[in-house]
Amino acid sequence: MPWTRVNIDEVSARDFLNKEGLRGISYKEAIREAQHQLLSNNKDVFLLGEGIDDKGGVFGTTKGLCDIFGSERVMDLPIAENGLTGIAIGSAIAGMKPIFIHMRMDFLPMAMDQIVNHAAKWFYMTGGRVNVPLVIRSIIGRGWGSAAQHSQALHSMFLSIPGLRIVVPSTPYDAKGLLIEAVNDGNPVIFVEHRWIYDYIGYVPEEMYTVKFGKGIIRKHGNHVTLVAISMMVYEAMKAAKILESQGIDVEVIDPVTIKPMDEELIFDSIKKTGRLVIADVACKTGGVGAEIACRAVEKVFNFLKAPIKRINFPDFPTPCSPVLESAYYPNHNDICSCIKELIDGK
Amino acid sequence: MEDLTLLKIELYKKMLLIRRFEEKIRQVYSAQDMKTPVHLCIGQEAIAAGVCINLRKTDYMVTNHRGHGHCLAKGSSPKSLLSEYYGRITGCAHGKGGSMHPVDPENGILGTSAIVGGGIPIAVGTALASKLRKDGNITVVFFGDGASEEGTFHESLNFASLKKLPILFVCENNLYATNSNIKSRQPNIDIAKKAQGYGLNGVVIDGNNVMDVYNAAKSAIEMLRDGQSPSLIEYKTYRWFGHVGPDYDHEKGLRGEEELKVWLRQCPLKSFVDQLLKDNILTLQQIDEMDNEMDETLNDAISYAKSQPYPDISELYKDLFYEGAI
Ligand SMILES: Cc1ncc(C[n+]2csc(CCOP(=O)(O)OP(=O)(O)O)c2C)c(N)n1
Ligand SMILES: [Mg+2]
Repeated sequence: MPWTRVNIDEVSARDFLNKEGLRGISYKEAIREAQHQLLSNNKDVFLLGEGIDDKGGVFGTTKGLCDIFGSERVMDLPIAENGLTGIAIGSAIAGMKPIFIHMRMDFLPMAMDQIVNHAAKWFYMTGGRVNVPLVIRSIIGRGWGSAAQHSQALHSMFLSIPGLRIVVPSTPYDAKGLLIEAVNDGNPVIFVEHRWIYDYIGYVPEEMYTVKFGKGIIRKHGNHVTLVAISMMVYEAMKAAKILESQGIDVEVIDPVTIKPMDEELIFDSIKKTGRLVIADVACKTGGVGAEIACRAVEKVFNFLKAPIKRINFPDFPTPCSPVLESAYYPNHNDICSCIKELIDGK
Repeated sequence: MEDLTLLKIELYKKMLLIRRFEEKIRQVYSAQDMKTPVHLCIGQEAIAAGVCINLRKTDYMVTNHRGHGHCLAKGSSPKSLLSEYYGRITGCAHGKGGSMHPVDPENGILGTSAIVGGGIPIAVGTALASKLRKDGNITVVFFGDGASEEGTFHESLNFASLKKLPILFVCENNLYATNSNIKSRQPNIDIAKKAQGYGLNGVVIDGNNVMDVYNAAKSAIEMLRDGQSPSLIEYKTYRWFGHVGPDYDHEKGLRGEEELKVWLRQCPLKSFVDQLLKDNILTLQQIDEMDNEMDETLNDAISYAKSQPYPDISELYKDLFYEGAI
């Protein structure tokens, strides 16, 4: 189906779109379009974030929106993440639908108190009387010596906070549909983007549509091993699956799309078929979403597992600056291939 | 020569070092082998030079993402900084940190945060340590106008004032945080005034006049050494180049060229050199000589940095925990 397809490179993306006569735009354009339409269709929606009105427009995702909608609805901010998250929460409980945008995920820890102690708890604490329709967009950075404070992927940190949604789109189609769903959802949503897939192209319908939370997608069917991949790791997983296919290993690639809620059933059904589970994430290993998926698999489908569960992650270290260390830090499709081969060979 | 003359020459040398250092980075950056985001401080050199010249080697200095000049002014070696920017093992952070995270404990630089406002409370902490340990050191912390919007700034000022800590807050108000003008981020109130609200001495000074910078820092620091209240100096200035990277903003349509031109006329080096010439402190020939010498030093430093080895991959797995015994 065109909307579940992952295009691993631009050439194949263009070929596919031309052949099918489908409209293709990039991940960043998909996010921009979703916001454009949300702003046009719902007067309660507004965007806020540091520098979101400048020429670059948050790597293109808010480009020109301030000119169209004005600075009250596309609001540049002082550098004050925690306080302003509280202010966004306040506006949300009073009827607005804020989308708070952070250029890097590393800035979310600044707002941790308001996200964790306030946004996530508010609905419960008020006995279900006051909900918080707040979307927090943040972008995982990578490369050019971004180093320890500008390249963190912290999505898993929020997993253990009840009351939050965590969305990790990998395709342009999902990015648009999930962002619209996030605004409609009425709960605090941590919307996690990855800078390295911003220019990736895929099918995106022009009209507004939603992608539901908690429904994963099988990006490629296979029988030998279940490979759950998060965010940009979906692309590395697809590349690995292609290489392994030529070696007779049949990988099933699952994109959970949202990690909270998590489409367990899709993953479990796949494990029942393959008996093997590998999880590839764009973050450090310990306490990550891979650990959570693995644990649930052990709890629920232990008897179907034929082999140990494996994880592909960054090492449990901060990101180094030096280019030689940086390239050693990030796993890619080759690491996935060798991991899966070892698993199949029973090593 | 009298002391003031020597001081002026020293100030000029410091500014020249910073200016040429940043210009070298601009020159080499397009080769794409300095793989670290660089936040240049050209246009703001007088502040680093004029403040740091008042410091002792053991005094603490806390900088931020735009920290090249501060480190040089505090005494860090161009070689160790440039090696770091080139990701080499002999860099000041062994290639782990890059341009945004300089460290130089021998010169009182205990590490650098690139989180806006992240370093301010840490600086209050080093000042607290100095007070508790009675080591006689003071701390100077540099931060931007943008950082004064963070909660950490306000929490830090309150505590430093309450405990009368030996710290000088230096706000480099260059009117911008990335591409956002201060007018879109703050009501029109001097940042120094906010410091006064917390009981600190708060003053506004022309950050492009190095003697004004120096004198203001000198009296604030003398007060600290004397056990009096901490101060905040707001230096008004302007960054000539982009928030990050080697290019001019007007070339990308991010800021107006007219605005830049106004500030180019207030070049902190140019106006000072003119004064030095007029006062017969330096001759044109001496200035040329200093220039050439500086150029040579920095070319050397660049060659040195590029000749240094990259870290071994095993370095990736080192430095997570301190392993020595306290
Ligand atoms: C907490 C946090 N928010 C946002 C950023 C992104 N950022 C880096 S520098 C900067 C602007 C800082 O402006 P200012 O404090 O005035 O310093 P200047 O760059 O002008 O020297 C921003 C927003 C960050 N690094 N940390
Ligand atoms: Mg600034």
